Amino acid sequence: MSLDTGRPVKPAFWPTAILLVGAAYALFPVYWLVSASTKGAGELFTTSTMVPSFTGGFFQNLSDLLSFNDGAFLVWSGNSILFSVGGSVLATAVAAAAGYGLAKFEFRGKQVVFTFLLIGVLIPGVVLAIPQYLLLSKIGIAGTYWSVLLPFAISPFSIYLARIYAGAVIPTELLEAGRIDGANEWRLFRSIGLPAMVPGLITIFLLQFVAIWNNFLLPYIMLSREETFPLTVGFYSMMNQGSDQLNVYNLVIIGCLLAIIPLILLFLFLQRYWRLDLVSGSLKG
Amino acid sequence: MQTSRSRLRPRVAPWLFLTPAIVLAAGLMFAPLVYTVILSLQGRKVPASGIGVATEVFVGLDNYVAALTNPALLGSFLRMLAYALLSVPLTMGLALVFALLLDNLSTRFARFSRISIFVPYAVPGVIAALMWGFMYLPGVSPVGELFTLWGWPVPDPLSGGSVFLAVANVSIWGGIGFNMVILYTSLRGLPQEIYDSARLDGCSEIQLALRIKLPLILPGVILTGLFTIIGALQVFSEPNMMMTLTNSITSDWVPMMLVYRDAFVTNDLYGASASAIVITAVTMIASLGLLRLLRNRAFGNES
Repeated sequence: MSLDTGRPVKPAFWPTAILLVGAAYALFPVYWLVSASTKGAGELFTTSTMVPSFTGGFFQNLSDLLSFNDGAFLVWSGNSILFSVGGSVLATAVAAAAGYGLAKFEFRGKQVVFTFLLIGVLIPGVVLAIPQYLLLSKIGIAGTYWSVLLPFAISPFSIYLARIYAGAVIPTELLEAGRIDGANEWRLFRSIGLPAMVPGLITIFLLQFVAIWNNFLLPYIMLSREETFPLTVGFYSMMNQGSDQLNVYNLVIIGCLLAIIPLILLFLFLQRYWRLDLVSGSLKG
Repeated sequence: MQTSRSRLRPRVAPWLFLTPAIVLAAGLMFAPLVYTVILSLQGRKVPASGIGVATEVFVGLDNYVAALTNPALLGSFLRMLAYALLSVPLTMGLALVFALLLDNLSTRFARFSRISIFVPYAVPGVIAALMWGFMYLPGVSPVGELFTLWGWPVPDPLSGGSVFLAVANVSIWGGIGFNMVILYTSLRGLPQEIYDSARLDGCSEIQLALRIKLPLILPGVILTGLFTIIGALQVFSEPNMMMTLTNSITSDWVPMMLVYRDAFVTNDLYGASASAIVITAVTMIASLGLLRLLRNRAFGNES
């Protein structure tokens, strides 16, 4: 009999208190952002940012943000969604095929290929992005959406996870039975491998989605035209225009708030689709 | 017989499944790295007359000598080290403590705490840098008014030595939640029965956490720790964004910012490439060496 199902455990003060302090630390900046977003143009530096203002600042900031540079904020939001969805669909598809190939076949050179694909994790992003930019310039696609989507399509960590997951959930006997019955390899992948891998692939998709949504470096190096920026680079360009436009800080603050709320909600909703035991290495088939 | 054996051990199929990954990795990871090496061995030569088009020439290891003797690169390394020594232990330590506390049966509000601490994972690093950056500004600082009330000068976290903690705080804030959830998932994956006998033997919850749970999730700790270290070595976005708010973060604050500046702002692509290769080598040696060290410590002579 397990103790945790037997009798109720007495609540303890310190573990609860320490965790609640951690929760306060995590949520505090979000509260501050909400409060600061209600500050009108002159109020940010003159009134307490811990207490929200109800002087109409919030809606003024909102309409100023939406009209900033002819609606740049909405364009950047759309680009962020495009990069995140497109990049993570591509990365997940590439990782699914590669992970399946690595997990379910024995062939010469497998370890070499695996190492070759993984080593990318260790190359710093800037080191990779600069020559990527130069090479993509040579073939004329630097500055386009593809110059961001293509580098995101190859994710060493996703391939690593897909390999582990495919190895754990796809029954080898079923594949061999299929081969004896004469099914071709593509069909085996489609009808046996892929369906079994779906929960793992959803996790890989979500991890990659957040990684791209949060990424700043690659689009920052690849893109030069404002209408192609994602939100992260857009905010940077706003900040870099300096505060000669007086309320640029107010606009960035409300922009940040609008940018993070949907993702936080999405996460709360998607939590149960996560198979994080995949990442923690405690996967049980 | 021959045909059925080759059907059961396909030779071409695995390569077809791996083709997209290999092509992308070759074109977007391997080729750029080789290209950087080539650039790092070249330089720009202006005709002796001083007029005309500069040409690319092979200069051997000149750029490497220049990079290794560049005090700015060394300075950026030391700052990155100071930042990493703050951010990595604090991120991992807090993530581990929180994960163990979440797994503790007598903890209340565990679900609320877990979800709250995970929230910053959904916030892009540059937005986190902006949020904290605004809060650090003495004029906007949430604690500033308290200091004014007491007649003290309002502190500026971005000045002096505290700038390291100020930047590290941004990545600690963003990094704890994900690592905590991974470690917590590891803990939940352990067979719960093993705790019962320890409890019956009078083992306290703290002893249970440190002597039984922690050793069992060590592989997860090493993996998340390694990713945290790699992230710290490559830090770029957060200090780069905070540069727009303060003068104490310079454009060569960490190695990645220095490489970016040399490549795109001062247009010294060849020198930047040499610095980039040096940094990559240091990063790889540090991460792989650390991985080996941790593995040996954790698993003894098993592997």
